[in-house]
Amino acid sequence: MKNEGRKRIWAEYQKKIADDHFFYVRSCIRQSFFPGSEQFFLNFMRDVLGKDVYENPSHTTCTGIGYHGDIVPFSTIMTVVARHFALMTEAGYKNIAISCVTSFGIYTEIIETWKHFPEELEKTREYLYKATGREFNIPENMAHTSDIIYKFRNEIAEKAKNPLINRQTGDPLRVVEHIGCHYSKMFPKYGVGGAEFPRVLSGMAEAWGGEVIDYPERRHCCGFGFRQYLVQANRGYSISNTVKKFDSMKPFKPDLVLTNCPGCNMFMDKWQYTIREMEGTTYGENGESIPVLTYEELAGLVMGYNPWDLGLQYHMVQSEPLLRKMGVEFDGQDKFKTKDGRQMPVPENLINV
Amino acid sequence: MEKFGFKLSKPRVIDFDRNDKSVAEFIHANEPSFRLCIECGGCSATCTAGNFIPFSLRELHILLKRGETEKVKDNIEKCMLCGKCSLVCPRGVNTRNIIELAKRAFKIPELHAV
Repeated sequence: MKNEGRKRIWAEYQKKIADDHFFYVRSCIRQSFFPGSEQFFLNFMRDVLGKDVYENPSHTTCTGIGYHGDIVPFSTIMTVVARHFALMTEAGYKNIAISCVTSFGIYTEIIETWKHFPEELEKTREYLYKATGREFNIPENMAHTSDIIYKFRNEIAEKAKNPLINRQTGDPLRVVEHIGCHYSKMFPKYGVGGAEFPRVLSGMAEAWGGEVIDYPERRHCCGFGFRQYLVQANRGYSISNTVKKFDSMKPFKPDLVLTNCPGCNMFMDKWQYTIREMEGTTYGENGESIPVLTYEELAGLVMGYNPWDLGLQYHMVQSEPLLRKMGVEFDGQDKFKTKDGRQMPVPENLINV
Repeated sequence: MEKFGFKLSKPRVIDFDRNDKSVAEFIHANEPSFRLCIECGGCSATCTAGNFIPFSLRELHILLKRGETEKVKDNIEKCMLCGKCSLVCPRGVNTRNIIELAKRAFKIPELHAV
């Protein structure tokens, strides 16, 4: 195929991402497990790029976990999301930036439902008005925050202090990119590269100097799958998926896993500990486990932020092997210290220390 | 180990890259009629042992070809070598020789080890 044809087809897989003025909605999981990620995004957008990002303290959960766990009905979640849109409309914003892939999937599903079934939109408007007296507009542009970091990946590359290069060998770091299923597998047009060629994370990794690994189970689910893990007895299904994925990537010797979904990040991180406890298996080199990072944490490392300010110490699998490879300067003593120098309790059983 | 209240399920995928097909190759080399089998199940239907206990020559045949030899190893001793399977086989497979060859392969691994 000629290059022009290739370009035309690839253009169809692209997504329009707004440039400025975002209404920011946070994730439930990320605020607890990866506390530095959302903070990095806000600092980077506001202080480094000078963009307008607004967040409203009245924003709530999207109830996605309850919805996928068969507890919250569809009409309820539509009304909750409509309330988020009402907050956005009241604040005068038209572009929404969503931090969570579950929420992103919920928003896309609801907007597509309203397009195909306008009567559902009318019902939702009525429910919301009766319950809260609010009215709303549908956002003009909807972007996941990984889309926005992807859009500004070259700006980050220009400011890179620690590119994704192994300082000891000079080779690019080997990155496994894992994209949340609800990002573009349900509604491909909302994702960069669609469902077939998701480019959002591989684009970042390559722009920052890394090498993306293509392994057999690259598009396999991480094992999160709400219903599998909500019931304890069913968690075997969840962890078996994770084992399948890690077994497949192990021969390619990845240096890190990069994710854009809170669930994937949490499970690929914490299940590595569980698998080690259950079977004694580890997936990194020299008996270590593979650090699992969010795209904001990786962007922060590349830009030279302090790893403990980014919250890397709150992962189950610690990132020291990766930090040494990247040549990031860090002090292990400061890991669990507050800003004013007080020592916090140190968790037991940390991996990779 | 069931430490967290749940267990790991092993995948049921037939992994042709990892399975050991050396036993099947050894049988192919010494009994070419092994290739003729169409897995019709005539052998299992007429099997004297299979009438009373869980044993199927057809199943063992498939497992050998897939390289899942561990399961064959556990079951092959159940055959009484009566030879009824060879009489009914529509393709003329020398089933008794296949059983003998498989038993030999399991007994003397040097014969087929890669």
